[in-house]
Amino acid sequence: MTNLLEINNLSVDFPSRRGQVSAVNKVSLAVAKGEVLGLVGESGAGKSTVGNSVINLLEPPGIISGGEIIFDGTRIDQLSNEEMRKLRGTKIGTIFQDPQTSLNPLMTIGKQLSETLIETLKISGASAREKSIELLDSVGIPDPEPRLNAYPHQFSGGMRQRVVIALALAGDPDLIIADEPTTALDVSIQKQILDLMKSLCKQRNLGVIIVTHDIGVIAEIADRVAVMYNGQLVEQGEVTQVLQKPKHDYTKSLISAVPSGDQKLHRFTVVDYIDGSTEKVTLENVSDHWLSRNKPSNTHDIAVSVKNLSIEFSIRKALFRKNRISLKAVDDVSIEIKTGESFGLVGESGSGKSTLARLIAGLYTPKSGDIDIFGHNVLQKTKKTKTSLIRRKMQMIFQDPYSSLNSRMTVEDIVSEPIRFHRSTRNQSEAAVVVRDLISFVGMPSTSLRKYPHEFSGGQRQRISIARALASRPEILICDEPTSALDVSVQANILNLLKDLQEELSLTMLFISHDLPVIRQMCDRVAVMQNGRICEIAETDTLFDHPNHEYSKHLLGLMPRMDLFRL
Amino acid sequence: MAPLLLKGLMFYFILNRLAQALLVMAVVSAISFSLFNFVGDPVNNMVGQDATREQRIEIRQQLGLDDPILVQYQRFMLNVVKGDFGLSYRIKQPVSQLILERLPATLELVFASAVIAVFIGIVLGVYTGIRRYSWVSKIIMSVSLIGVSLPTFIIGIGLIYLFAVYLRWLPSSGRAGVIELGGWKTSLLTVDGWRSIILPAVTLSLFQLTMILRLVRAEMLEVMRSDYIKFARARGLANRAIHFGHALRNTLVPVITIIGLNIGGLIAYSVITETVFQWPGTGLMFIQAVDFVDVPIMAAYLIFVALLFVVINLIVDILYFIVDPRIRRGGS
Repeated sequence: MTNLLEINNLSVDFPSRRGQVSAVNKVSLAVAKGEVLGLVGESGAGKSTVGNSVINLLEPPGIISGGEIIFDGTRIDQLSNEEMRKLRGTKIGTIFQDPQTSLNPLMTIGKQLSETLIETLKISGASAREKSIELLDSVGIPDPEPRLNAYPHQFSGGMRQRVVIALALAGDPDLIIADEPTTALDVSIQKQILDLMKSLCKQRNLGVIIVTHDIGVIAEIADRVAVMYNGQLVEQGEVTQVLQKPKHDYTKSLISAVPSGDQKLHRFTVVDYIDGSTEKVTLENVSDHWLSRNKPSNTHDIAVSVKNLSIEFSIRKALFRKNRISLKAVDDVSIEIKTGESFGLVGESGSGKSTLARLIAGLYTPKSGDIDIFGHNVLQKTKKTKTSLIRRKMQMIFQDPYSSLNSRMTVEDIVSEPIRFHRSTRNQSEAAVVVRDLISFVGMPSTSLRKYPHEFSGGQRQRISIARALASRPEILICDEPTSALDVSVQANILNLLKDLQEELSLTMLFISHDLPVIRQMCDRVAVMQNGRICEIAETDTLFDHPNHEYSKHLLGLMPRMDLFRL
Repeated sequence: MAPLLLKGLMFYFILNRLAQALLVMAVVSAISFSLFNFVGDPVNNMVGQDATREQRIEIRQQLGLDDPILVQYQRFMLNVVKGDFGLSYRIKQPVSQLILERLPATLELVFASAVIAVFIGIVLGVYTGIRRYSWVSKIIMSVSLIGVSLPTFIIGIGLIYLFAVYLRWLPSSGRAGVIELGGWKTSLLTVDGWRSIILPAVTLSLFQLTMILRLVRAEMLEVMRSDYIKFARARGLANRAIHFGHALRNTLVPVITIIGLNIGGLIAYSVITETVFQWPGTGLMFIQAVDFVDVPIMAAYLIFVALLFVVINLIVDILYFIVDPRIRRGGS
């Protein structure tokens, strides 16, 4: 079998003021026609840089400093910009991560498709229109003709990614480079998109490079897999061999760090190969610490009780009531969270799980229903001070560690703000001591206090968020997808930290995730949500082993095939 | 579904904006009416030093200045709606006629400078946005800094010195070559007219031009970093299609707002430019009216400028609606 693409000893450097940063170091890869090569690694491993250097679209100031890229027998890394442009689209198609931002928002789908077709295939406008309909049909968009006049925002995320694939296929390329094509999508849509890509690869005899951080995706789609770590290729081989009998230590620990949906373990396996991820959480004796002081003895068994809660968002405003359209984001939901338990909330995007969390946290006001926290109705307008005292016992950790910290405040200010606001320490110096304890409590060095959020990685920022949440001495912690923006290895560390904190401080936790294996590891009981309604509430093990509701079964069926790479 | 729904939404949207515009106009007219009562006694300016008490009282009665305020306001509003702003205190002619006579001069000046500012501003903005590091871009950006920082009258005087006094290519002031065209006096149809409008139009446009240039460049740099531009490159589209088909249109969304506000600004700034170049427009008339405390002209001018701002903003809102399909959703 001749190779479609060969990369030999590729090195990519990013020159900077502090000297060269080597993003890719002597990587050699090959892809044949009709083959899917998975390129896996964590963020910063250089996997996207490999993909970008094939199509010569490196982010400046990156340059290819060594090696060669051979496509279909000719060397392409030294082509001029214009020659390279002619290769893009017609020979090599690219799919990017986020379908929300990959399409021009001001141009109709049809216009973007026909523009690409006219440029790459040199055909007339009329036949481009026909070909566009054909393409949309082939990527599984139903009733394609009227949709040519639609704008990107009128499509759902999965449909948009199909449009992106159609655009990448427009010039009839031989090679597709897909950079995290399903990371921004739901599990069920991820499966559809991967199936589509797989079948297109076989039908059209395409070579596909799929760049991802998600081993589940690799297990699903790839024929061969290459593992990158720190700019270097550590292992390459058939997918079953690499996933079941990994040779390199990094691969081994990476695979074992993927949370298992099959059985519950006490702790998450940490990727111990990665430098710097070995930071141990030093739990001091917290029983006589400030964090546990002042804790009123709670006699309530039920921490949070939600009864018949509903909220609507208006999608279209109009003068007349009959023209208005509103969406029931949370529809008649009742749940009870016991004191000290971990309660999981699982569902796809748009199922209303985040909205429910925000309702409980008091960030939205419900249309109807009741919320009791430790037996106190927080929706009643009376007794404001009592309500705010109760509210303070609840804190939230958000999904995106980048936008949830104020970038103009130091870490010390961020963490101490709740303390200062509530005046919960006797004086300034006690507050300073508490902040230092908190930050070391979440596994960060005390030198980080004077730094600003942008100086930290995603995982470190999430630790800062946790420290901030703890600073108001909560009894209930709401975690809204706390690790879905993070790498597997970092995820394991953060989840272990949350587990430890919960035990030490006997917190009640509402844990929201779309990731079923993570839910299985974290939670005692789980509620499954769909379209704003609760489908099923059950003990975690019961749900995973014997799901009752059809939708729960459907969701569980979409879990990545873990059996493929369990040792 | 698209066209019908679009029409309905558009109708609702425009109705909404019209209601806001009416409110703005009501407030402005109230303010301009209050000018009559708070900016000194107009009678003092109209009669000589030696006028008798009886003469003064007679004039006050003629002008209706003795009536209760609400009666005066009602009369003022009724007349305004009919387009009657009263008599100028100084020239003793109807204000609306004075404004209409001078309006073409101002509108042509504003139009010419808006075209210069928008056209050159966008072209240079796109150029400097795409070729960010070329030396031409660097020169354009340095020169544009001067355009932003120098006041209009200095630029005007400088241009007069260079082109009218030193090189003697263009006239230094006034509006020449005026032709009557169905009640509209235009100077855009003769060579003399063109020669006389160049300097004031360039002067007036310079500030707006540099603003638009810098805004378009900043937006362009932002858009060129976006994912859909990267994806367009990855599809092998030509640079021209990427820069003008994809990038430029996306930069226009915020730029339109600023341009709309700035055209209003052009009219406001035209007061200074018209004074420097002795351009016989409404701005010059306004300055002369201020000197003389000619309240009817000032009030009418205020209402007129507000009306222009409101109309331009309405047009901008509609343009927004046309350019960006996402706004058409109506909600959220």
